[in-house]
Amino acid sequence: METSTSNIKTYTMAEKPEGYEGAGFFATSLDKVVGLARKNSIWPLPFATSCCGIEFMATMGAHYDLARFGSERLSFSPRQADLLMVMGTIAKKMGPILRQVYEQMAEPRWVLSVGACASSGGIFDTYSVLQGIDRIIPVDVYVPGCPPRPEQIIDGVMKIQHLVETESLRRRDSAEYKAMLNKYGIE
Amino acid sequence: MEVTEQERLVAILKERYDDQVEKVETIQEFLTLTLKKENIADIIQYLYHHPETKFQFLTTLFAVHYPDLNQIAIVYQLHNLVSNQRLRLKVYLPIENPTIKTITTVFAGANWMERETYDFFGVNFEGHPDLRRILNVEDMIIFPLRKEYPLEDQTREDKSDKMFGR
Repeated sequence: METSTSNIKTYTMAEKPEGYEGAGFFATSLDKVVGLARKNSIWPLPFATSCCGIEFMATMGAHYDLARFGSERLSFSPRQADLLMVMGTIAKKMGPILRQVYEQMAEPRWVLSVGACASSGGIFDTYSVLQGIDRIIPVDVYVPGCPPRPEQIIDGVMKIQHLVETESLRRRDSAEYKAMLNKYGIE
Repeated sequence: MEVTEQERLVAILKERYDDQVEKVETIQEFLTLTLKKENIADIIQYLYHHPETKFQFLTTLFAVHYPDLNQIAIVYQLHNLVSNQRLRLKVYLPIENPTIKTITTVFAGANWMERETYDFFGVNFEGHPDLRRILNVEDMIIFPLRKEYPLEDQTREDKSDKMFGR
């Protein structure tokens, strides 16, 4: 079979940010360079407690392959992780542990709440289950579904990537951010 | 279990603890005895050692709350692994002060079962070596499987009548 070279689209590993380009130089703002670097090297910490965790395993597998988004390196230590992925039912007894994991993460840190249980308690509206992790830690992106398909988890990660890319370098020092953390009683 | 076997079993128990047996019934071929609470540990010990009964395996131990009777029933299920006989013992306790003697003296495995029963029903097992919550959070102030407590988490806001028109 003959292949035509004219239709081949070129893909780059990362999109170049806006800037001024000339012979031998490229100038852009520091925010954009840092955002570009962070966005494409997010280290997730999987906090998987139930079926959403199984979907996450599929997401990490060869078929869906989260590595395409620069997140193949899972961090099982919160100290080196950028993104906390909470996947599954969080019992009230697990709450303080999840919170401790979040507190051990270094700034900047993001949280992705995967599935109905992590986001709202889901079908487990009962005395023993935490009704959404946003009662104890701040959440950046929620992924709906029970459990969500890997495509949805990837969509959530891409939304996180967008937040990471466009975040101001000063955001974590702002009074609003500190007030938000104080609302959760962190720091 | 054959009817004759059941009769023999009840006879063995009544030989020594006739005054303790309140009710004998067979629920779906499962012999169920309702006992008074005072000598429960001794009775289980007696059934454990008696050469004809030898109930040496505790299948389960749990509680049932009867809000209409204002009582909590403790249910013991015993198993004789040699003859494959099973036996259920029921003891009713008042809801105001559900206190009963521990059977950890007979079955060490009853330790966690009694802790679970305490955790969910608030039953006080006298003489238990370490009676504290086992599954729920330590600072929980209710006994969630008692029927006076609502099942649903009361702090949830998205299920209000306003939204569902209940």
